[in-house]
Amino acid sequence: MTLHAIRLTVNGAERHARVMPRLLLADLLREEFGLTGTHLGCEHGACGACTVLVDGEPVRSCLLFAVQAEGCRVETVEGLAAQGSGPHEVLHPLQEAFRARHALQCGFCTPGILMTLAAYLRERPSPTESDIREILSGNLCRCTGYQNIVQAGLDAAAALRAAGAPQ
Amino acid sequence: MKFVGDRYLRKEDPRLLTGRGQYVGDIVLPGMLHAALVRSPHAHARILRVDAARAREHPGVVDVVSFADLGAAGRSFPIVPPHPELRGHNFSMLADGRARFVGEVVAAVVADSRYTAEDARELVHVEYEPLPSAQILVPGAPAVHGDAPDNLAGRVTLARGDVEAALRAAPRVVQITLSIGRGGGQPMETRGLVADWNAALGQLTVWASSQVPHQIRQFIGDLLDLPPHQVRVVAPDVGGGFGAKLIVYPEDVLIPFLTRRLGRPVRWLEDRLEHMLAATQERLQEHDVTVGFDDTGRILALRDRFTHDTGAYTPRGLVVPLLTASMLTGPYRIPAVLSSFESRYTHRVPVTPYRGAGQPQAVFVIERVLDLVARETGRERSEVRLANLVRPEDMPWDVGLPNYRASGNVVLDSGDFPSVLRRALEIAGYDTLRAEAAAARAEGRLVGVGLACYVELTGVGPFEAARVRVDAGGRIAVFTGATTQGQSLETTFAQVAADELGVTPEDVTVIAGDTGGIEHGIGSFASRAAVVGGTAVALAARDVRAKALVLAARALGVAEAELQQTGAAFADRRHPERRVPFAELARAAAGATAGLGVEPGLESTRFFQPADMTYSSGAHVALVEVNPLSARVTITGYWISHDSGRLINPMVVEGQIQGGVALGIGSALLEEIVYDAEGQPLAGSYMDYLLPTATDVPNMNIDHLETLSPLNPLGIKGVGESGALPVPAVLASAIDDALGTRGSRVTRMPLGLARLHALLPPP
Repeated sequence: MTLHAIRLTVNGAERHARVMPRLLLADLLREEFGLTGTHLGCEHGACGACTVLVDGEPVRSCLLFAVQAEGCRVETVEGLAAQGSGPHEVLHPLQEAFRARHALQCGFCTPGILMTLAAYLRERPSPTESDIREILSGNLCRCTGYQNIVQAGLDAAAALRAAGAPQ
Repeated sequence: MKFVGDRYLRKEDPRLLTGRGQYVGDIVLPGMLHAALVRSPHAHARILRVDAARAREHPGVVDVVSFADLGAAGRSFPIVPPHPELRGHNFSMLADGRARFVGEVVAAVVADSRYTAEDARELVHVEYEPLPSAQILVPGAPAVHGDAPDNLAGRVTLARGDVEAALRAAPRVVQITLSIGRGGGQPMETRGLVADWNAALGQLTVWASSQVPHQIRQFIGDLLDLPPHQVRVVAPDVGGGFGAKLIVYPEDVLIPFLTRRLGRPVRWLEDRLEHMLAATQERLQEHDVTVGFDDTGRILALRDRFTHDTGAYTPRGLVVPLLTASMLTGPYRIPAVLSSFESRYTHRVPVTPYRGAGQPQAVFVIERVLDLVARETGRERSEVRLANLVRPEDMPWDVGLPNYRASGNVVLDSGDFPSVLRRALEIAGYDTLRAEAAAARAEGRLVGVGLACYVELTGVGPFEAARVRVDAGGRIAVFTGATTQGQSLETTFAQVAADELGVTPEDVTVIAGDTGGIEHGIGSFASRAAVVGGTAVALAARDVRAKALVLAARALGVAEAELQQTGAAFADRRHPERRVPFAELARAAAGATAGLGVEPGLESTRFFQPADMTYSSGAHVALVEVNPLSARVTITGYWISHDSGRLINPMVVEGQIQGGVALGIGSALLEEIVYDAEGQPLAGSYMDYLLPTATDVPNMNIDHLETLSPLNPLGIKGVGESGALPVPAVLASAIDDALGTRGSRVTRMPLGLARLHALLPPP
């Protein structure tokens, strides 16, 4: 199968790859780049676990081919915390709020939910509870019953507003 | 206790929030191959021939395996647990010449990538002779197994007193037919395995997304003829279980078989369609119930005969229908009971426990009966419940029916059921809710209030193991045979161990789900991990501290009574500058300890073998509104009072309850696996099997009662499944109330929009 050279930025770093035309963006991130924080829950675009941001927009990386991300800016959960990883990382307000509110249990759906909310809060810094529920209705969570996720989303929005984060 | 009872934030979160979790699908080994599985498209067929010639020629394909290649490893898996009334049958790794449900594994293709393996899977030609299949729960259906006449897997009758006489004597008798459909646990992470045979070490390492790694190790050992010390099974981060990862599946042994055969690591990741087709399911039962009662609503006799669909195999024997039958009376005192079932094979996915394990069905039945009695006697639903509940002074209450393990009767060990119900009514403002609902109905809206009570069997044995070890670096590790799929054991077990050891949870690392860390273990299901596993951790940690005291007394040359602890160190009470840290004690314990009467190693392995199950209890109240045109149910309020004994971490307990309720809402209103007359499942994706979303699940108000269990030293009762149990019952109660006297009564779950629509009153 012919391989295509692609170039994209992932969490701010420029990345190159040679990929099959049918390689999914999720598989590029996970298998080629080792960014396994993006999870595959259904592989048919329904559960939202694989949500990443492409040019700032949340997309299902299981429904997008890697070649479609050519030249794009991709953000994954690994890029959410400041200062990379390890004990000195600074969690994003969403991550802080998720921990404080017990908004995750098994953690499998969490990266997709974090990315969905991260994009949403940039657009809508002062959401209501029903706004958050509406935007989350494309992300399935089987563990939490959503209540704490919704609260965490509201808390993070407040924290981001208080910090005067660029919206 | 310092940390037990604390809303301690989770130790697992920083890893999971930053994408650093290690789920099976994240594990990559050098030279790793990928498997794709060929599954039967027929509910029942003879497999005449598997022709893999074209698949083998496909570039990148390494191997194709069908039943004939398995040799002695092709035999059936054992059944856990057996039962004298059971005609049991379990899977083998691959179908043995006959496929018994759509999705049963027939062959495996191994290739250099998942893409290639799935391409080549299309090239495997399987010649089937389709046969008529069993899709009904009555005698006369085509046989699923030759030795089970009328597809009867087992028939059991449990009884307390003479129910026929009691029914004859009862002032009033009513009959009702109830049924429940199929659904599944549906964890967001599907199943998956990575297996690696290291020939130099003679070591098979298997990473499995499973609730029961020790049991997988045992099955691998049995079928592949390997002793336990040559097999290590690790359940790494697991993305939810809910019962869907409770049994040992064919793939759990097949993927290890493939890695041994090929000498290279092999990975298989189930896709969601496979999960819908082949992960075990539950709940389908049809109940025929007769109840005798008096004019005050006191229940005098209850007879329930039900049929249970067990699917094509019985990997968990009769556990599900036995739980339904034995837990039928819930929290109520009923003097005469007969509870009997017939479990029948069908050509469908096998039925094994998922969150609730037969008990949501029992709660649905008994709570529908309570509502029926209330209606018949004209008494308020909560009053009828209070009149029948077991009272605190009755504890321990012997229900009079054998428990599902046949280790004795169901004996409710503790709790205050009337208080739990009253508190639920109080936090809900029940009387006000009822008045408001009535006012809304007077305006033509379909608003209703529902309630339901439940007890949940938790803390199932036979044992759980824990090993607590302080190493020479002073690190404290807790190895547990319980497993975690989101239940937060890394945090809660660290809280338990920290209190016993006099340190903080940050000092403790919990390792769950690794047979390499602890020799024996059972796993997590039946709301057992905290009760049985947590207690084992407490016992082992207590031992370690006692041992550390002995060693510290020697190291400091003072009597134990002269020691004081500050964190992970002991000091001479009179000369606090003379101190010895745990690390030093661990180094001392690695040397000669004979003179001290302690064994080497600053560690202890302990088992907790509970004398009996312990029972959680609670009551839920819901407010709903039904759209008269679309029939969509909106839950506008939800209140819970719950008693699971001592709470190790209330934040975690509330999370478990909230998640359980959400799952219950799915199984009441949205989720159903339906089969057509040929046994084809009609739901294969999340577009036709609907999980609850953030717009379906309401906020919940939770109140805790802490009645300690007398059956374990910490007084813990389980909680993992509790939330799910009463939801179909409470929603049925609320929907009945909303539809009022003009609508039909809810007698079936899940409802689904079409079924709900049929219940609506005429416009």
